[in-house]
Amino acid sequence: MQTNIYQNPTRSSWAEDYSFLNNNIETTEDSSAKDSSLRVRDLNIYIHNAHILKNVNLEIPNKKITCIIGPSGCGKSTLLKTFNRLIDDTEGIRYKGSILVDELDIFDPKTEITDIRKKMGLLSQRPCPLPMSIYDNIAFGCKMHGERKRKKLDQIVEEQLKAVGLWEEVKERLHAPASKLSIGQQQRLCLARGLAVEPEFILADEATSALDPISSKHIEELFVELKKDYAIILVTHTLRQALRIADHVIFMYLGEVIEAGPAEEIFNNPKQELTRKYLEGAFS
Amino acid sequence: MKLKFIEEKIAKLLMISSAIVVFAFVANIIYTIFLRGFPALNWEMISQIPTGGYYNGGGGGILNAITGSLYIVLGSTLLGLLISIPVVFYLNVYLKKDSKLAYIARLAFDVLFGIPSIVYGAFAFTIMIYLGMHTSLGGGILVITLLIIPIFIRSMDEVAQQLPKDLLDATYALGATKLETIRVVLRQIAPGIATATLLSVGRAIGDAAGVMFTAGFTDSIPTSFSQPAATLPLSVFFQLSSPNADVQDRAYSAALILIFIVLVISISGRLITNYFSKHKI
Repeated sequence: MQTNIYQNPTRSSWAEDYSFLNNNIETTEDSSAKDSSLRVRDLNIYIHNAHILKNVNLEIPNKKITCIIGPSGCGKSTLLKTFNRLIDDTEGIRYKGSILVDELDIFDPKTEITDIRKKMGLLSQRPCPLPMSIYDNIAFGCKMHGERKRKKLDQIVEEQLKAVGLWEEVKERLHAPASKLSIGQQQRLCLARGLAVEPEFILADEATSALDPISSKHIEELFVELKKDYAIILVTHTLRQALRIADHVIFMYLGEVIEAGPAEEIFNNPKQELTRKYLEGAFS
Repeated sequence: MKLKFIEEKIAKLLMISSAIVVFAFVANIIYTIFLRGFPALNWEMISQIPTGGYYNGGGGGILNAITGSLYIVLGSTLLGLLISIPVVFYLNVYLKKDSKLAYIARLAFDVLFGIPSIVYGAFAFTIMIYLGMHTSLGGGILVITLLIIPIFIRSMDEVAQQLPKDLLDATYALGATKLETIRVVLRQIAPGIATATLLSVGRAIGDAAGVMFTAGFTDSIPTSFSQPAATLPLSVFFQLSSPNADVQDRAYSAALILIFIVLVISISGRLITNYFSKHKI
C-alpha cells in the first residue's frame, strides 16, 4: 500500500512545512548557477576492517540544500567528514573511489588538502568558537589565507556578521571573547567564520541539534537564505527539519545510499521500501 | 543515624584534618623563617653584594645571589618554554592519540621528572668538563632548563590532552595546516602554560644541588654567561654553615627573600593566568 505521510493525521503540521519547501524550490531554480560541483564516485571507506561506506555514488546539486538522512550509525557523518577530508585523522582509515570537487579529485595526492577544506565551510554539532575574540574568530581564516589589511578585515568581519544576523547583537563588543556569546549566537558566529574564507559548500553536521528551538530556526532560515550562493549539505537526525528546508534528500542506511533525489519525490513517493519505512517512523 | 551519614562525617573530618596538617607545616616554616630572618633583614642585605668578611659577620648583602637566581630563573624559563611548547604541540597535534612514539615520549618525561637535581648537576658538569667550560651562569641556566623541561612538558601536556577535537577540526576546516593551528592551540592551553611556568619557576629558583657544580658561587654579579653566578639557595646554605649566629640569621633573611620572590611570582602568575583564560572555550 502506498502511504502518503502528509496525509497522516498525526503529522498534519508537516504539510505546512512542505508548502514552504515548494516555494523555496521555485525561487532557487532561476538563480544563476556558479559552477561548483561535488560528485562522489564508487566511494568505499574502511576503518580498520569495518566497511563504513559502501559504493557510494552521489551528486550534490549546486545552490540547494541537500539533507542527508538516515538512522544513527548509517555513515552520514562519515560521508560529510570525507568531503573535507577531516576523516583523514581517524586511525586505520582507508578509502577507495573518488570525490570530485569542481572536477578535482580530493584524494589525489597532488590536491592540496587545505584548498579542499577552504572550499567547505564546516558547521559542527556543538558550536565551537575559536578561543579568541568575536572579531578574531572571523578574521582568523582570512589572515591565515593572507589577508593582512586591517580595513579589509574590518569590512569582512562586518559583512559576515551581517550575513548571519549577528552584527546588531555584537557590534559593540567585537573584541569580547567569543565564548561569552550564547550558544545560538556561537553557532551563527561559527557559520560566519566559515563564510569568511569564501567557501563553495557548507557542510553542517546536525548543526542545530544542540540549540534551542529559536536559535535552531534562526540557523535554518540562514541556510535557506544562503543557498542562493552556496551548496549546503546538511546531515540531520530530525526528519521535520529535512522536510522544512531540504531541496534534495539522500537517504542512507548501513553505509549505503538507499535513495537520493529531489525532496518532493523522496518524501511523497519513495521508491524504496526501506525509505518509506524510515519516513513512516518504523525505525530510526 | 544511618551508617552512610556517619561515613560522610568521618570522611569530612579526615579531609579537614589533612588540610590543617599541610597548612600547619607551611605556617610553621614561614613562622620560623620570619622569626629569625626578619630582624636581620635590612636594606643593605638586598642592595649590596657581600664584602670580604661577609660570611664571618662582615658587612654587605646578598644582591649577588638575588640577581644570580633571577637571571637563572628567567633564562631557564624562557629556554624551557621555547623547547617544551613545540614538544607538547607535536605530541598533541601531530601524533595520533594512540601513537607509540607519544607513549614512549610521555614515559620518558615522567622518568626525567623524577630524577633528582644533583644528578642533572653531575651530568651537566661532566659535559661542561668535556666542553672545557667553567662553572658559569650559562651552565646554571642549561642545567636548570634540563631540570624544568619535564615539568613544563608534563603539566602542559595534561592540559593539551584535553584539547577538544572539534576545536582542531574547526580550525582545519578553515583550511589551516597543522602548524597554523598553533595559534588556536596556544590560546586554548594558555592557562596550562601559565600553571606549568609557575611550577617550573618554583622548582628553578629553589634548586641548590643542580647549580652547585654548574653555576658555582661568587660574590659578584655576573655580567656575562661565562661568569659564575651565585644563587639564593646556595647563599642560604653557605650562611647557615657559618658558626656565627648573626650570619645564620642572615641565612633566614635570605630564605625570607626567596619565599617573597616565589610569592610575588605566584600571585602575578595567577593574575596573568586569569587574563589569558578569558578566551578559553
